[in-house]
Amino acid sequence: MSKVESTVFLALQANDDTRQIIEAIEIDNPHAVVNRMPAMVKIDATRRLVVKRKTIEEITGMDFDLQSFHVNLVSLSGNIDETEDELVLEWKR
Amino acid sequence: MSTLEPPKKLSLKEKYAQMTRGLGWETTYQPMDKVYPQTQFEGIKIHDWDKWEDPFRLTMDAYWKYQAEKERKLYAIIDAFQQNNGQLNVSDGRYINTLKLFLTGISPEEYSAHRMFAMLGRNFAGVGPQIAAQMQSIDELRHAQTQVHTISHYNKYFNGMHDFRHMHDRVWYLSVPKSYFEDAMTAGPFEGIVAISFSFEYVLTNLIFMPFMSAAAYNGDMATVTFGFSAQSDEARHMTLGIECIKFLLEQDPANVPIVQRYIDKWFWRGFRLLTLVSMMLDFMVPKKIMSWKEAWDIYFVQNGGSLFNDLERYGIRMPKYWEETVIAADRLSCEAWNTFYNYAAAANFNPWCPSDENMDWMSQKYPETFDKYYRPRFEHYRELEKKGERWYNTTLPMLCQVCQIPLIFSEPDDPTQTCYRESSHRGMAYHTCSNGCKDIFDHEPEKYVQSWLPVHQIYQGNCFNPGTDPTVDGFNPLAAVLEYYHFGPGDNMDYAGSPDEANWMQWKGLSKEDPTKKVA
Amino acid sequence: MSVEIKTAAIAPVRHTFSNVARRLGADKPASRYQEATFDMQSDCNFHYRPLWDPDRELYDRRRTAIVMKDWYAFKDPRQFYYGTYVLSRSRLQDTAEKNFEFVEKHGALAGLPKGLTRRIKAIMLPLRHVEYAANLNNCYISAYGWGAAVTQATTYAMMDRLGIAQYLSRIGLLIDGNTGESLKAAKQSWLADPVWQPLRKFVEDSFVVKDWFELCVAQNLVFDGLLYPLVYGRFGGELSQQGGSVVAMLTEFMDDWYAESIKWVDAFIKTAAAESPENMQLLSTWTHDWMVRAADALAPLATLMYFEDARPALDEVRANLQARIAKAGLQT
Repeated sequence: MSKVESTVFLALQANDDTRQIIEAIEIDNPHAVVNRMPAMVKIDATRRLVVKRKTIEEITGMDFDLQSFHVNLVSLSGNIDETEDELVLEWKR
Repeated sequence: MSTLEPPKKLSLKEKYAQMTRGLGWETTYQPMDKVYPQTQFEGIKIHDWDKWEDPFRLTMDAYWKYQAEKERKLYAIIDAFQQNNGQLNVSDGRYINTLKLFLTGISPEEYSAHRMFAMLGRNFAGVGPQIAAQMQSIDELRHAQTQVHTISHYNKYFNGMHDFRHMHDRVWYLSVPKSYFEDAMTAGPFEGIVAISFSFEYVLTNLIFMPFMSAAAYNGDMATVTFGFSAQSDEARHMTLGIECIKFLLEQDPANVPIVQRYIDKWFWRGFRLLTLVSMMLDFMVPKKIMSWKEAWDIYFVQNGGSLFNDLERYGIRMPKYWEETVIAADRLSCEAWNTFYNYAAAANFNPWCPSDENMDWMSQKYPETFDKYYRPRFEHYRELEKKGERWYNTTLPMLCQVCQIPLIFSEPDDPTQTCYRESSHRGMAYHTCSNGCKDIFDHEPEKYVQSWLPVHQIYQGNCFNPGTDPTVDGFNPLAAVLEYYHFGPGDNMDYAGSPDEANWMQWKGLSKEDPTKKVA
Repeated sequence: MSVEIKTAAIAPVRHTFSNVARRLGADKPASRYQEATFDMQSDCNFHYRPLWDPDRELYDRRRTAIVMKDWYAFKDPRQFYYGTYVLSRSRLQDTAEKNFEFVEKHGALAGLPKGLTRRIKAIMLPLRHVEYAANLNNCYISAYGWGAAVTQATTYAMMDRLGIAQYLSRIGLLIDGNTGESLKAAKQSWLADPVWQPLRKFVEDSFVVKDWFELCVAQNLVFDGLLYPLVYGRFGGELSQQGGSVVAMLTEFMDDWYAESIKWVDAFIKTAAAESPENMQLLSTWTHDWMVRAADALAPLATLMYFEDARPALDEVRANLQARIAKAGLQT
């Protein structure tokens, strides 16, 4: 079996809309690593990554619809669980 | 119910369930197995379709809203790109050849995926997976069309892609993606969804989009980057469908596990073979390199795929068979592929070239164990021939693998100097495959793969000429006749050096041929 | 001072794709609809027989008895490709969203007479299952049809019907305060109430039609051609008179959608009928037979809606549909 350590990732377009979302992700996931690539930001984390609507709203000072996040999403990995408040990416093992 | 109380607020999950799940019912005037005739024959057991989880709960109104937003942005950029002749901003004219591969090789299969997911949307017997598949179906139509629209502008200025659908159905190496998707579509719905949603969209898709779109960004191709990222946001939905379908099938019945494992093994291997073209795009075709194939395979398959299969272990699923061979092959794949296209440049719809010193030195650095030892001498030899005016064009057609349909150009896993091929016998005839992986696939379903429309076989059988062609006339040139059948025009094939694309690029950029870094006039 | 904006002037090698140029008769600039639609479906050199239909190819013209020399003779008058489709729908959706928000905010449904609310629940909510059936049928055509022109239109129709089913569901949730009780009750009616059984039988029978063009006629031309005018056209108007204009707000999407939909449906039928006497005959027979069946299936619903006016109501929508069909070149 693979001896690789389980990491999840989230990749977003690098634009004005996503700057603050990425900031929120960094706050809520101290173990995450942010990789900046041309036109895109890839965020890796061991085992679990969470995007919280509340944190984004605290930063932007405005209401945020988590589903609108789709527009700037590039790719992701992990089991996904989405509610209005959180998007969680996770490997169970 | 009080008219004064505000209505109970539904969570996203509850709202979605109310608006979607309850729509279906068990039919009684027509039996369920007549309404859904394809759910039994693969041996997959589904006890409860309602156990399907919808990870992204997008209702149609939200779909239209967000997708319209994406389209507005995308087409604004495509329009700007066209108005400003954005194609002149790419790093080099050679870069466009990656787009020719893309439009003729991949875009037609986006359309196939569109039709396949419509089939799944109709043949699954539960509302949850039906809707997920239908949404993917329309997304794939989006991808096919936005690719055509994005690359349309390039088509006006560069050769090789003007008749992409016609070529996709006929040109020898394009049967690789065509047969891949047709294999999935002609299988049952459960194999289809494991093949495309899981193995392709989840496990392997990053290998096309992530490096390639980043490469587009590095090489000044704003239009493709924009299209790519715009499409990728749909891909997140598709990936969730992939992982959900796997979990759903594995949790429904333990009897499904070995069937699903076999599908995973088969489609991992077919998908790996399909990605051969991407390996050479990354290592040889993009003028400004972003990462090597080996690096991409490590990040997106070994690391990412490894995490995924760790997770699936709990169901009794293991890593795909022969995955170790793909790691060994990572050191060789792009060279074996690019060498092949260099050889067959006369029959390809793009303009390959001999790699520059800069490219070769980069390869030496990225592939220290293999490049200088096995591949550099070959390219340097080609260059010597070019200098003498004897640019090598291989005029003997290659043997194709019966399954993946790639020529037998891969090496034995334990010996880079030996061509790998395997043989199987079926009804007294011999069939050849390129690898253990393809041989296993053939041996499991020989009746399917003996039907393959292998382009080289078809050429030799005389099936690749236009109607009315007479092969018996004096001076008949079969290759020329085949190229007419392919609808190749001037500049579609042959080396980049001396091509109309090169001449145009030089002229448009005001570059001199003697010193391409120097601008003239 | 004049400002000259110079852009690099370079001459294109060609104006469009070769397949498009062949169809246009010359290499000239093409529309986005044309480039995105023409020849997008593979039509030859298939590799494997489908396991699920071994007597046919993957895509196969024989899956319908309609014969066309060129399946790209079908042109969507709306010229919808994906981009223009979602843009159009997002505008409709925006209006619908504002309407739903208004009704919710002002408790407008709660203010209706109880009898009216009961009628809305009894008549409109089970129709979400009919919409779902239309979604599945258009999905079938999109899967097995021939050519990208027709299947593109039915793909959009497929998603539209799901959207409408969801809007009807939302009406229910507005009425029952988000408990979902009204939707459960509507499903029970759909499954067991005598009013709905002929209709349920009709849609289940449509699920097993094999000829995809026949299914397109049965669903998109005939059935919708009776259902929509019967329910959204007439009924919406009657409800408005009784104070249910709020319903008109909530079904505005359906009205706009239907008015647009008949454009492509009629155009496609006309094209198929004009191709040959055989096609015309086949289409006419299908239309006639399915119209009889559909009218019978809708009769109990018409009674529920119009009581003693049911017969005239049905006759009227039927006559209007006959007129539409005649204009498309069919003889029924």
